[in-house]
Amino acid sequence: MSWIGHLVNAVSLGVVYGLVAVSVGLVFGVLRQVNLAQGEVIALGAYSLWMTRDLPVFARIIICIAVCVAMSLVIQVIIFRPLRGASALTTLIVTFGLSYALEGVWTIVFGTNGQPVSMLSSLNQVVVGGNVGLRWITLIELGVGGIFFAVLVLVLYGSKIGVMMRATAEDFRTARLVGVRIDRVVTLAFVFGGVSAAMVAILFTVQTPLVTPTLGFNLITLGLVGTVLGGIDRLGRATAGGFVVGFVNSILGAVVPQELLVFLPMLTFMFVIVVLVLRPAGLFTPKGSNLERV
Amino acid sequence: MRSRLRLVAELAGPLAIVAAVAAFGSTMSIAQQGNVTNILVTATIVVALYVFTGNSGVMSFGQISFVAVGAFAAGILTSPTFTRQTNMPSLFKFLSTTKISSFDSLLLGAGLGALFALLVGVVLLRLSGLSAGIATFAVLEITYDALSYWDKIGPGVMPVVLVPVTTSLAVGALGLGAAIVVAFAYQRTRSCRLLRATREDAVAAQGIGISVFHHRLVAFTISGAIAGFAGALFVHELGSVSTGQVYIDLTFATLAMLVVGGTGSLWGAVLGGIVLGVLESFLSNAENGVAIGSLHVTLPNGLSVVIVGVIMVVVLIFAPKGISGNHEFLERFLSKKPAKAGVEPESISKVTNEESPEISSSSRPTS
Repeated sequence: MSWIGHLVNAVSLGVVYGLVAVSVGLVFGVLRQVNLAQGEVIALGAYSLWMTRDLPVFARIIICIAVCVAMSLVIQVIIFRPLRGASALTTLIVTFGLSYALEGVWTIVFGTNGQPVSMLSSLNQVVVGGNVGLRWITLIELGVGGIFFAVLVLVLYGSKIGVMMRATAEDFRTARLVGVRIDRVVTLAFVFGGVSAAMVAILFTVQTPLVTPTLGFNLITLGLVGTVLGGIDRLGRATAGGFVVGFVNSILGAVVPQELLVFLPMLTFMFVIVVLVLRPAGLFTPKGSNLERV
Repeated sequence: MRSRLRLVAELAGPLAIVAAVAAFGSTMSIAQQGNVTNILVTATIVVALYVFTGNSGVMSFGQISFVAVGAFAAGILTSPTFTRQTNMPSLFKFLSTTKISSFDSLLLGAGLGALFALLVGVVLLRLSGLSAGIATFAVLEITYDALSYWDKIGPGVMPVVLVPVTTSLAVGALGLGAAIVVAFAYQRTRSCRLLRATREDAVAAQGIGISVFHHRLVAFTISGAIAGFAGALFVHELGSVSTGQVYIDLTFATLAMLVVGGTGSLWGAVLGGIVLGVLESFLSNAENGVAIGSLHVTLPNGLSVVIVGVIMVVVLIFAPKGISGNHEFLERFLSKKPAKAGVEPESISKVTNEESPEISSSSRPTS
């Protein structure tokens, strides 16, 4: 495959991780807390696609979105409401525990070996063949990702609840003081998180049709890494960070010689450490705002 | 007088529970003794985790990398040289020919763990909070990847096998006891007290001239030494080790033990390690089928993870100080007056709340 083909594939994986980062970044923006269990929302969404395999595609997509939003809200109520005000690290550990427990649940209910989801596999056909190897799914990913992000920006900057959300992200306490209904804002963040999880579940399973219990955890670890790399403080930066991690991972996978491919995670995480040491507040955060550095 | 008594209790409490578990284990069958030894070795790893996280308030997901290095070094260098030449042909020369005793390998594990931790710490310990968590997780991933595929330093995807099984119940208990003594002795040092000051308030501590980085590095290195030592105990307990055994599952298990016991005290670390260890061991036995009375029960595979995960979540939400309440053994009974809220070590949620909405939002960049 030519370098254009590699770039196209890299963009495609970048969009998926960008969407993962959106859902992490939204919750962090409002609550300053990390939701690692978002990965298990994606996993449940993917399993729901398997469970509804006899239904028409349209219904499956609707059900997947509904399931993800519902689960996202359940996590908000049972985990994040009691932990309101706890540190990002505490919530990281709690949701780490929850993810692990849910992974056990998937193993028990759906088996260790995974379940195939063969939805929309026709989208893997190429649009532009030859050296480019552009597939429909890449175009759709870009389209869906772009539309979702545009809707998000429209809501955040064009609606009252969006203004409230940005106000909460800016200063939680003052926002509450001037009458922002925090619970509504938080709920909205989790709803958006659920929707983006559903989209990840749908788009990811088109390319990688096997859903295993570790799917969610694998996606969210790299997604979270991207979020922190980009700068978890701002949604745009977090999303860009997620995109970069997916993109770099895919490019490295193409450039690195076959026999060294097993060391790909090592390269990716070394890149992560280098960025964190040099720019602790994030790749896209201006210098001079290194809050977490001692 | 009382404060001295409190000090004695602080060390004697954890040691007593270890002795009790070992004594109880020695009455069991050989197979059951293996399980008890496993609990003690895992608790040693929890103590290593506590030495850094408990005293500094910084969460590390990378401590299992030091366990892995200790386990692989000790395992490879004590296994018979002829199996090394057949199983691991591309090993570095000195790794394939050197043979050391099991006891020496414990010291080697501790030394390598400390060295690796020192190197990692110099690079990473200026980070705090979330970035520190992610960076230490990256260390775990890198170590796992290197040990799994770099065949010059290990067996690659194969496990290290035919390692002498020398970690008996008694050795496991002694090992955990030694780790407790080291952790206790470290707690008495000036460096550790200064580190605890940085945990309570990093800005104020820096204001009076304490180097956060320096004291964190000391704790991280000691923690790495205990972790490497525990890794060596681990490989001599099982007789083999594969990279999957010293990866995310073990990270999760030991973290859950520390959190459930209470992050802020040595007593909590030991207690959490043993209580959850016993529970996990019982549950994983039950996954293979267990007889309760006349009833034969087989729990579905994976249920133990679900239960431990749920316990961890529930403890963190409803009792963030863990079952020890972040107190040392008998601390509350031996104090002259009830410990003041500001003095006692606080839970991790309090310790690292620099990122909570109320505090950090005001200092955020406005761009």
